[in-house]
Amino acid sequence: MPVESLFPRLEPLLPKVQKPIQYVGGELNSIVKDWDEATVRWALMYPDAYEVGLPNQGVQILYEILNELPETLAERTYAVWPDLEALMRSEGVPQFTVDGHRPVRAFDILGVSFATELGYTNLLTALDLAGIPLEAVDRTDEDPIVLAGGHAAFNPEPIADFLDAAVLGDGEQIVIAITEVVREWKAEGSPGGRDELLMRLASSGGVYVPKFYDVEYHPDGRIKRVVPNRDGVPTRVFKHTVMDLDEWPYPKKPLVPLAETVHERFSVEIFRGCTRGCRFCQAGMITRPVRERSITTIGDMVETGIKESGFSEVGLLSLSSADHSEIADITKGLADRYEGSQIGLSLPSTRVDAFNIDLANELSRNGRRSGLTFAPEGGSERMRKVINKMVTEEDLIRTVTTAYSNGWRQVKLYFMCGLPTEEDEDVLGIADLAKKVIKAGREATGSRDIRCTVSIGGFVPKPHTPFQWAAQCDHETVDRRLRALRDALRSDKEYGKAIGYRYHDGKPSIVEGLLSRGDRRVGKVIRAVWEDGGRFDGWSEHFSFERWMAAAERALADEPVDVDWYTTRERDEHEVLPWDHLDAGLDREWLWQDWQDALNTVEVEDCRWSPCYDCGVCPTMGTEIQIGPTGRKLLPLTVI
Amino acid sequence: MQRLRVRYAKRGRLRFTSHRDISRAVERAVRRAGIPVAYSAGFSPHPKISYAGAAPTGVASEAEYLEIGLSRPCDPRRVRDDLDASLPPGLDVLDVVEARDGNLADRLEGSMWELRLPGADPGEAERAVKEFLAADRVEVERLTKKGMRRFDAREAVRSLAVVEGPGITAGQETVQPCVILRMVVRHETPAVRPDDVLMGLRLVAGFAPQSPPAVTRLAQGPLDAMTGEPADPFAFDRAGGDR
Repeated sequence: MPVESLFPRLEPLLPKVQKPIQYVGGELNSIVKDWDEATVRWALMYPDAYEVGLPNQGVQILYEILNELPETLAERTYAVWPDLEALMRSEGVPQFTVDGHRPVRAFDILGVSFATELGYTNLLTALDLAGIPLEAVDRTDEDPIVLAGGHAAFNPEPIADFLDAAVLGDGEQIVIAITEVVREWKAEGSPGGRDELLMRLASSGGVYVPKFYDVEYHPDGRIKRVVPNRDGVPTRVFKHTVMDLDEWPYPKKPLVPLAETVHERFSVEIFRGCTRGCRFCQAGMITRPVRERSITTIGDMVETGIKESGFSEVGLLSLSSADHSEIADITKGLADRYEGSQIGLSLPSTRVDAFNIDLANELSRNGRRSGLTFAPEGGSERMRKVINKMVTEEDLIRTVTTAYSNGWRQVKLYFMCGLPTEEDEDVLGIADLAKKVIKAGREATGSRDIRCTVSIGGFVPKPHTPFQWAAQCDHETVDRRLRALRDALRSDKEYGKAIGYRYHDGKPSIVEGLLSRGDRRVGKVIRAVWEDGGRFDGWSEHFSFERWMAAAERALADEPVDVDWYTTRERDEHEVLPWDHLDAGLDREWLWQDWQDALNTVEVEDCRWSPCYDCGVCPTMGTEIQIGPTGRKLLPLTVI
Repeated sequence: MQRLRVRYAKRGRLRFTSHRDISRAVERAVRRAGIPVAYSAGFSPHPKISYAGAAPTGVASEAEYLEIGLSRPCDPRRVRDDLDASLPPGLDVLDVVEARDGNLADRLEGSMWELRLPGADPGEAERAVKEFLAADRVEVERLTKKGMRRFDAREAVRSLAVVEGPGITAGQETVQPCVILRMVVRHETPAVRPDDVLMGLRLVAGFAPQSPPAVTRLAQGPLDAMTGEPADPFAFDRAGGDR
């Protein structure tokens, strides 16, 4: 049956909203396939505003891979701002894709990528606008399968009621496998309706279907157990790992928007995974092992990407980009290739050492040297041992001094507040550190024209990390420490103006903590907040802490648990955690031991250059570290 | 340095692009097309592309203008084809000429606009136009960056009429029965925009169509003394410099 474009109905609304271009589609390299020629149709959603969602790598990669498949179609949809939401409600225009402006409800699968938990209320808006029942149990065969992915999907329990399914880990291969399951089921005439389809997906072991699992609780509110409620459903669901990034060189044709977005550049992921072992870092824990993309594939991707997009900036992405085994050759090779052109290269997520400055110097060969960012994360030596961020004060001062001496004028230092075992003095240590940085910089350059910005955010304990058992610091304490740090930074006139200070207050972190480590009961809170008007919780102008707390009080009134129970309560070793049946490959005993090591300030080396420390991922997942060097070099491009 | 002057159209859905959206799209298209654009010197070099009198967000146009400085001379026809192929459909390059002396922006003295008003009453429109043209001054208000401003919308309007029959089809993709207004407005400060004139029609005659208008700029250029309509601003460049 043909599905009509909603654009004629949307168009009259567009002159009345802010930034209408974001709803129009037609981006360079976007695709609108024939509806009737596809048998499996995906709507891919990034549950935030277009300007944030469009550059998302995950969505772009899956969009391209799915559209390359025969008889398969993928379109994108994003959260609409409240101004358009109100008009869509009054005019009866449903949630649409920006490619074909087709109604989201008409698709087979709605795949939603959750990079953060703060997109949960936006999922509900999209479902509601689409005319899809909010709760999975109320959906019919006319509704798409609502499937979550992304890092937050490693604990999808707070949104379990709203999801039909979730997948953990790398999406490239599993979306193809899911497509084939759906295609086969539809070819057979959709036997057994959506329940059978979900059963087929669940029994494969690679897709988590929350409603096939029952959660039982102790009277005190702790989880007793999570068990499958029917035969053929695995007791544990595992993550997916793509083992050869060179075989998956996506995005090949990056989407180039007309609207302004948060990242105006072409990004190439130079490796996936990180084994540095920073204990706060969920990304580092759940994306193991390290898998490098080869220098030659990176070079090819940069070249095609620039040609296809016209972007003038290229970002070399990863969790710790300077750790690629051939990063020096990559940066030099690219800097040589694009010398004299207007192509800028950037290396985000770098670590604190002097080698890094060499790379940054190379990348800024013909550009300006404005600012460099380092992330010591903890303010004191002790704190950095707790979080396993192996940086000494000496390292930091030496690195920053080198940066200033090489002409970099501004250094940004990133920290966290509210880390486990943190005391006031750990945070105040940041002020001393910043002053030492400025002092050393002034001595090295003989100039007072250097600056240092301290940027600090609240720490949120995340599932599948050693800190999953930790008590989150309450927001009053976080705010008190952040104020004390501000005063300490401002106390000395000699440094006051050279040091910038940026911080976020502690309240949003509590909501993030509730959503990160929540269980299925938190779903009621999310729904209550959404019904009360909660939208765009990642945006400070839309976020309301009071709304979340009031909704939590109402929604959890009949439960033995509350927001504090989910956030500021420390868990013991044997408590069943809501995500224990979801397997990122990490050995639970290793995680617990690492948590104990944290409390004892014992550090752990990176397994790339020291013996395996048995985190469990490689044997569980059948994977291994894949790093170079390959010994190959980037050759100059032939000019035609 | 060779300078090329470009006339382009902003059509259909792409009328929702803002001026900033267009300038990003043009910069990227220039790079993709391999056009040797010149860059400014200094700390953060930027491409030498300048825009003259861009139509507002939401307004379609058949007559937008920009000027590109090149680091080596190029055939204007080739630049027209390459740039057009590289821009998204809806941002369409119509004409490219090599710039002679003079400032292009100065030649853009006025614009011809077309407004399509779905569901409006033709008789009411005629009456409102007549009253508007009969007035000496029509004070309107608009929210600008400097706050609410009050100014005359009448004097800048050189002509205003209800058009018989279907006009040019640029603009909205959905066709509904509508009243079509066509007007020539002189560029002034503060600029009098088509919606200011529409507000004027409401103020003088209570003419208030329910749906927002679909607006298209049809032409932009020096105002011809005889016809009162915008002439081709490239005529001087095309004539090889002799007037």
